[in-house]
Formats: sequence, C-alpha cells, structure tokens
Amino acid sequence: MASSKKLDAKIPDGQLEQKWSKYKSTVHLVNPANKRSLEVLVIGSGLAGSSAAASLAEMGYKVKVFCFQDSPRRAHSIAAQGGINAAKNYQNDGDSVYRLFYDTIKGGDYRSREGNVHRLAEVSSHIIDQCVAQGVPFAREYGGLLSNRSFGGTQVQRTFYAAGQTGQQLLLGAYSALQRQVGMGAVKLLARHEMLDIVNIDGKCRGIIARDLVSGKLERHFGHAVLLCTGGYGNVFFLSTNAMGCNVTAAWKAHKKGAFFGNPCYTQIHPTCIPVSGEHQSKLTLMSESLRNDGRIWVPKKKEDAQAIASGKMNPNDLKEDDRDYYLERRYPAFGNLVPRDVASRAAKERCDSGFGVNATGQAVYLDFAFNMKYKYGKTEATKKGIENPTEEQLTEFGQAVIKEKYGNLFDMYEQITGVNPYKNPMMIYPAVHYTMGGLWVDYHLMTTVPGLYALGEANFSDHGANRLGASALMQGLADGYFVIPYTIGEYLADEIRTKSIPTENEEFVKAEQEVENRINKLLNIKGTKSVDHFHKRLGKVMWDKCGMARNAEGLKWAIEEIRKIRAEFWADVRVPGSANEFNPELEKAGRVADFIELGELMCKDALHRNESCGGHFREEYQTEEGEANRDDEKFAYVAAWEMKEVGEWELNKEELKFENIKIAARSYK
Amino acid sequence: MAGTSEKTINVNVKVWRQKNKNEKGGFETHDMKGVSVDMSFLEMFDVLNERLINEGKDPVAFDHDCREGICGMCSMYINGRPHGPKQGVTTCQLHMRSFKDGDTIVVEPWRSAAFPVIKDLAVDRSAFDRVIAAGGFVSVNTGNAKDANNILIPKDDADEAFNAAACIGCGACVAACKNGSAMLFVSAKVSQLALLPQGKVEAQQRVLDMVHHMDMEGFGNCTNTGACEAECPKEISLENIARMNREFLFANANEKK
Ligand SMILES: Cc1cc2nc3c(=O)[nH]c(=O)nc-3n(C[C@H](O)[C@H](O)[C@H](O)COP(=O)(O)OP(=O)(O)OC[C@H]3O[C@@H](n4cnc5c(N)ncnc54)[C@H](O)[C@@H]3O)c2cc1C
Ligand code: SF4
Ligand code: FES
Repeated sequence: MASSKKLDAKIPDGQLEQKWSKYKSTVHLVNPANKRSLEVLVIGSGLAGSSAAASLAEMGYKVKVFCFQDSPRRAHSIAAQGGINAAKNYQNDGDSVYRLFYDTIKGGDYRSREGNVHRLAEVSSHIIDQCVAQGVPFAREYGGLLSNRSFGGTQVQRTFYAAGQTGQQLLLGAYSALQRQVGMGAVKLLARHEMLDIVNIDGKCRGIIARDLVSGKLERHFGHAVLLCTGGYGNVFFLSTNAMGCNVTAAWKAHKKGAFFGNPCYTQIHPTCIPVSGEHQSKLTLMSESLRNDGRIWVPKKKEDAQAIASGKMNPNDLKEDDRDYYLERRYPAFGNLVPRDVASRAAKERCDSGFGVNATGQAVYLDFAFNMKYKYGKTEATKKGIENPTEEQLTEFGQAVIKEKYGNLFDMYEQITGVNPYKNPMMIYPAVHYTMGGLWVDYHLMTTVPGLYALGEANFSDHGANRLGASALMQGLADGYFVIPYTIGEYLADEIRTKSIPTENEEFVKAEQEVENRINKLLNIKGTKSVDHFHKRLGKVMWDKCGMARNAEGLKWAIEEIRKIRAEFWADVRVPGSANEFNPELEKAGRVADFIELGELMCKDALHRNESCGGHFREEYQTEEGEANRDDEKFAYVAAWEMKEVGEWELNKEELKFENIKIAARSYK
Repeated sequence: MAGTSEKTINVNVKVWRQKNKNEKGGFETHDMKGVSVDMSFLEMFDVLNERLINEGKDPVAFDHDCREGICGMCSMYINGRPHGPKQGVTTCQLHMRSFKDGDTIVVEPWRSAAFPVIKDLAVDRSAFDRVIAAGGFVSVNTGNAKDANNILIPKDDADEAFNAAACIGCGACVAACKNGSAMLFVSAKVSQLALLPQGKVEAQQRVLDMVHHMDMEGFGNCTNTGACEAECPKEISLENIARMNREFLFANANEKK
C-alpha cells in the first residue's frame, strides 16, 4: 500500500532516536525582529492552547487567544483527574524513552506514527520540569521527591499526579504562564468568543471569523498562522465524560474548508465512569483510572447473586470471595485490573451483556477498594504504628485514611452524585465515552492539509493510534504546545516574514463572515417545534448503540441513514429561541449540534470501512474466538484521512503506517 | 443505591431574569413537578429550559461547563447562599436530594460590583483573570527549567500549596462577602506560590501587584467576617488570607525601605 499523494507526513529522515533533535537543529528560524510582526491566532485555551500561546508569546510572536468559556482557566483540561506520564524513570523501575514509546505504540494497537510517538516520549520529561518550575504542586514523597503511580497498559510507575486534580493543576500552570503574557501585552485574550469559521486566502489559512458570545457580534481576525487547540468531540454521543461545551465546531469548519479528518471512528470508551441514573442525565462522570491501582473490578459469579444484588435483596459486601468473579484478573493475569481502557471496557460490557450487571439497569460492575484498603494500606499503617495484631476495624480505619489521602476528591464526587458512601460500599461503574483519538489530520509539524492551519492537543489525530493510554493526553497536549509547535511553526513562518497583515476588509473575510451570518439566521428562522437537545439526544443514542463499544456493518449502515434523517429533520424543525445579537447559549448549542450531526455520519462511515478491530474500534465481525480484537495489518495499517467533497460526501485518503523500529505484533495483555 | 431511587419531589423555583447588563431584572416563578431526587440542580434547570423552549419562551441563561465541580464556571446563588445549602460543593454538584418536597428555591446570580450581570444568572468574572495577569505566576519561560527532582519540597509544604491551588476561581467567596472582597481568591494564589521555593523569589512583588490590582478592579475590603471560607466550595482556608496579609505587610515595609 502506498500513501495518497495528497498526504505528506513530513517525518524527518534518519534514525528514530535522532529525528527530532536533528529536526530542531536544522529547522528554519525567525529572527526576533520579524517575530514581532508575525501574528498567530490560538483557538482554545486548554493545555494545548495555553501552553502554545504562552510559549509563542515568550518567543516574541504576536498572539491572540480565543475560548468560549468566560476564562481560559475553564477549558476542559481542567477536569483531567488521574495524571500525566513522563519517562523520567524516577522510580528506577526500568522506564525509558523507548519503553514509553513502545507502550504508546502498542497501547494504540499499532495505528500511530513511530516518528511522532518517539518525539512525544522524548519531550515528556521536559514537561514535568517545566510544570514544576511554574509551581505546579505535584504529589510528593516524604523525602521531598516527586511521587508516581501506575496507569493502565504499563508495568512501570511513570504517572505524575496532583491528587485527583492533575489536569486542574497543569492547566492552572499553563494559564498562569498565559496570563503573564497577557499582563505584558504579548497576548490578547478573547474569552467568551467562539470561532465559527476559518478564512483561507490564496490557499493558505489567514484568519478566522469569531462570534463575541456576549454581544453576539461577528468579528474578523487576521493571523499569519492559526492553531486549533479546540479539544475532542466525545459529545457527539450526547452523554460523555466531557464538559458540556466540548464540541467539534472549530475542527469541523476547518474540515469543510480543506483540512482532512483523521480516523474519526477511533473513540475511547473509559471503563470506570458512574453509571447512567435516568432520563434527565446530562453528562457522565469519570472515576479516574488511577483508582484501578487500588480498586479491584468484579461481578458475581452466579446470575442469581447478580439479580439479588441488583434488586437490593443482597448487600454486595456480604457476597463471599469465592462467589466473586474478578474477571480482569482472571482473563488478563499479567496486567490484571490495569489492562488498557479498551480492553477493560469491552470486558465490562461482556459481563453485563451476559447478565451479571449489578444494578437495576444491568449496566454496572463493581470497583472495590475493601481488599487493598485493609490488607495493603491498613496493614502497612498498622506496622508503622507498631501494632502487631490489628483488628479488622483498625485495618479498615487506617486503610481508609490512606485511600482518602490518595483519592479523597474522587470518593467525595462519587458520593455527591450517587448518594452512596464508597468507603463503605464498592463503587458501581460502567464504561462511558471519554476521549477521541481521531481528529484533524496533521503532519509531523502539526500542520493540517491547509497550509498555515495547525491542530494541537486532542483536536488532532496524531499520537494515540486506535487507543490512548491513560495519562497520555495531558502529556500530548503539553508536548504539542510547549515543545513541538514553538519549533515547527518557525518552518512555516520563516517564509511569511514578507507577508503584511491582511486587512480584514479583504473579500474572503467578508464572504466568510457573510456565510456565518447566514447560517445563524437560518438556524434562528426555522422556528420549528423541537429543542436542540432533542436532536442531540437522538443523535447520541444512534451513535452509542451503533458506533459505540461494539460496531457491525449492518448497524453502521442503518446509523448512516438514520443520521441523515436526523439532519434533515433538524434543519426543518429545530427551535432556537432568542436572537443573534445577544448572549444566547441555545444558539451556540444549535450550531454545535448541527456540526455533530455531520460528524456522526463520517464516524460511522469510517467505522464501516475499517473491516478490522483495533483499539477502541471493535467490529463484532472481526474478533478472535476469545472475543479479543482481530486486527488486519495487511489491509488496514494506515491512517484514514477523509476529505470532504460536500456535506455527506467524502473521499478517503490513506497514509501508510510504517513500523521500522517496533515489531508489529498481536497485542496481548495476558 | 445509585440510580435506583425513583423518588420525586415538587418544588417552586423563583429565578432571577435579567435581559442584559443595562436592563432591570426581576424574579419569575416556575412550578417544577415530579423532579427526580437523583437529578443534579443544573439538570433541573435543563428540564425547566426544555419546557420554556417548548412553550416558545426564552430559556434561563446560566454558566456551566464541566458539571464536575472543577471548572468553576457554574455560579448560582441559591436560597441566599452561593452554590446553595451544601457545604463544600459547587452548584453543579448539588443534587435535588438536598431539597424537600414543596420547597421554594430562590435562585439569583452572583451579586458584586466587580461581577456585572451578563444575562439572567450569568455574570462577568474577568476581573479574576486580570488579577492573575498582574502577578499570579512564576516568571519562567518555556524551556528554562532544570530537572524537576532538583527542587526538593517537603511533603507538607507541597500539600499545603496544593490545598491553596485547589481554588477553582468560581467567585463564590466574593458573592458571599457583604463587602464583595476577593481576598480569599487572591490569597489562595499568593499562598500557593509563597509556599513553594519556585515562587519565593518573586513573592514580594507578586503580593504587592496582585493586591494593588485587586483594589483597582473594585473588589471590597476584607473585614474578617469569614463568610468566604464558609461558602467556598473547595474549602479554601482563611489561613491563606492571614498569610497574604503577612506577606503584604512585609513586602510593603521592604518597599518603603
Ligand atoms: C473527565 C476527564 C478526565 C481526564 N483525565 C485525564 C488524565 O488523568 N490524564 C490524561 O492524560 N488525560 C485525561 N483526560 C483527557 C484530557 O483531559 C484531554 O484530552 C485534554 O485535556 C485536552 O486538552 P486540549 O487542550 O486539547 O483541549 P481542551 O482542554 O478541551 O480545550 C479546548 C479549548 O478550546 C476552546 N474551544 C473549543 N471550540 C472552540 C471554538 N469554536 N471557538 C473558540 N474556542 C473553542 C475551549 O474554550 C477550550 O479553551 C481526561 C478527560 C476527561 C473528560
Ligand atoms: S476561594 Fe473558593 S469561593 Fe473563592 S474563587 Fe476560589 S474556590 Fe471559589
Ligand atoms: S460546571 Fe464546572 S464547576 Fe460547576
């Protein structure tokens, strides 16, 4: 298979270990005087956007930052809980850049680029240095050194964390760096602004159209380069662990104007989330993967017991050890509860589909801390206190204190939402949509197929293949922003120093603004009978049922037809209240859901064409006898990069994936 | 157990409506029947808004995003308390099981001179961003950092800095304070950085700049009523204010010298 001529990944030649350092020392530079006249628009203020904007401004570029929330600090990165990976080998447990690289490629089920992933592993350790220098309060040991824990899909401890609030602390670090540049006048901040289109002039991206969400006014902004750092699109499923505002709009507008969309069907379903509680549900809440360090996952061995528990006739704490099925430990003894997310999620679905679910809906399994609380932590603490024969009560008491210190905020959150005390009862969990590996196709420079338009962080498709390992999204977002784009953007901008800033009276700006305005008016003038949420929920259900944890050709074909119907009905019958020239959250939602509907179709199309199972993409037709994913490397070792011809019409371009340093193999966690 | 309770209640929601910053607002009352107690407070608002839209009326505008108590965006003043009746939770984490059948629930926006209303329950808190821009950072450019484990930080200091850094910037402290003071928010950032060796170098300038900017933004004075700590969803401690006052006096004295 050869790559499509339209795709040039621009991976530097040479040995894997030297690609990035060689690139850095030969890349074109922009001199400081010229930087001051080069303008960069950064859309998004999450880890990727804030870190990129701060770093580029420090280097001297003129930067504008946009976000739709009221402050850059509220970007969805703030909600990341568990941690961030880095190949520091502080624990002396055999970690290295190569091992992180290897784990990531394998974790992604051999569907990512070696060159990119190796670079990610190389810069990972600088991220931790940078964050600590900013004052990010990572967890520490008594000796004052940084502490680590394990995440799924790895056998080393390389995850750095700040209680269950790692994303918050990392984002506040990047935000403070950003605000420092705002204070110095190097960055102009435009919060409560939503980007609604990109503007291309003579084949290059030259700016954006944004809506001031408070006044409703449309604005034109010029930039020599535009960076989309706009996050993931998990909310296409309506229910997900993403924040309510997460959306695909920025990436989708770019897609419609020439940016190819990579692997849209690769979705991560996270195994440990709080189960759905009812019709009113607006979002799902993650219980961090870090909990799998100490929580053991089980369901009853017998269906009668599962039913008795589900109907409230039996207390799960009373079920004997022998009657419990720790199915991950049983199926995957080498990794146990710490198998990667896709594997853990499918295993939970399998147990629940077979009738072993432990709540009324049958869609929940247990995550149980009792054992480690008592025997791992309780015992150690008792020993520390010099108590030789501690009672069961003492063990529980001591162990609880340790668990509280490690995961207190998660336990509190669980109790808030469910009304159940997780120190006393095992947590109930079920998989939920969490992360999208797919995104805008980018080359090694993080540039999309539109020159001058870049995508960073979760918005791009790049480093995680078909399944992302826990604690690697934060790493990638910050790698892209702090350490990759500051170099790679120079390669492009070095040729732009003679480009004067283009006045926004230019006809392309005028035209783009007019199109945005027309679409807003169209939405407002339908004056139909159903709310935006009505359509979003319908779309979400189709996506979850047919393009979720398990997919098959028949279901996907049906879904495509169904989504087209939803699209037609949406544009005929949606009701968007209010007007364009005011603060109007329903109007914002309407625009986003319209884009989700178009994206949903592409996701199904991508899932349908990929006749194999890999990572988060599980096609029921392609599984082994034991129910494991069956990859087809001969036919599908490529990135699917979709080019939009018109709404509902795409052309597939393939980027071949070459594995020169890793032997491509079946992925086993047994 | 989770998700299995089918209990519902009826409540009366009295909600503040205000078209924009310049127009006068007023209360509007809605009967909410059959509200599941498993619903979150904001989900109850989703249901209300869905109904308003179906009736051809303008839904209630409110800020929210993560709905997990971490982004700091949600901001409702419920029955006279920012984030409502429960200690240590944000509006989005409040669930209807905290209310009783027949309750009247009064919902207003944050009220403070420094936080003008945008519409209904949404307010403008950008003053907080500007206070951070005045000094809430360590001046270190990307790429200049040394190996992270070269800086040893006693666990207790790291934990204390973390506790201060847990502030979500929601502004409940300002809304709770009769003077509209932002001392708890500002002191949390000053404390976090003052507790860490990385932040020590600039500690004096930082506290002067941030306090100066806080005053400029129109936040009120602190008269030690403690309402901020009582209402803070992240239970940020008043000790931070004490620490900031010490830092400030010290820095101020040094500056005069
Ligand atoms: C609950 C949860 C927990 C997680 N925990 C972890 C973890 O422990 N470890 C880990 O590695 N990963 C974790 N992840 C994943 C990780 O948090 C995200 O992938 C990552 O933070 C995304 O960062 P980002 O900068 O790409 O985008 P985001 O942080 O989502 O930021 C997107 C930005 O774009 C802006 N934006 C979007 N569209 C527009 C538009 N049209 N106009 C203007 N602005 C726009 C938004 O305002 C926002 O500022 C978690 C994810 C979730 C949902
Ligand atoms: S100190 Fe507490 S109340 Fe004030 S902004 Fe921070 S989290 Fe909110
Ligand atoms: S919505 Fe994020 S804290 Fe409430």
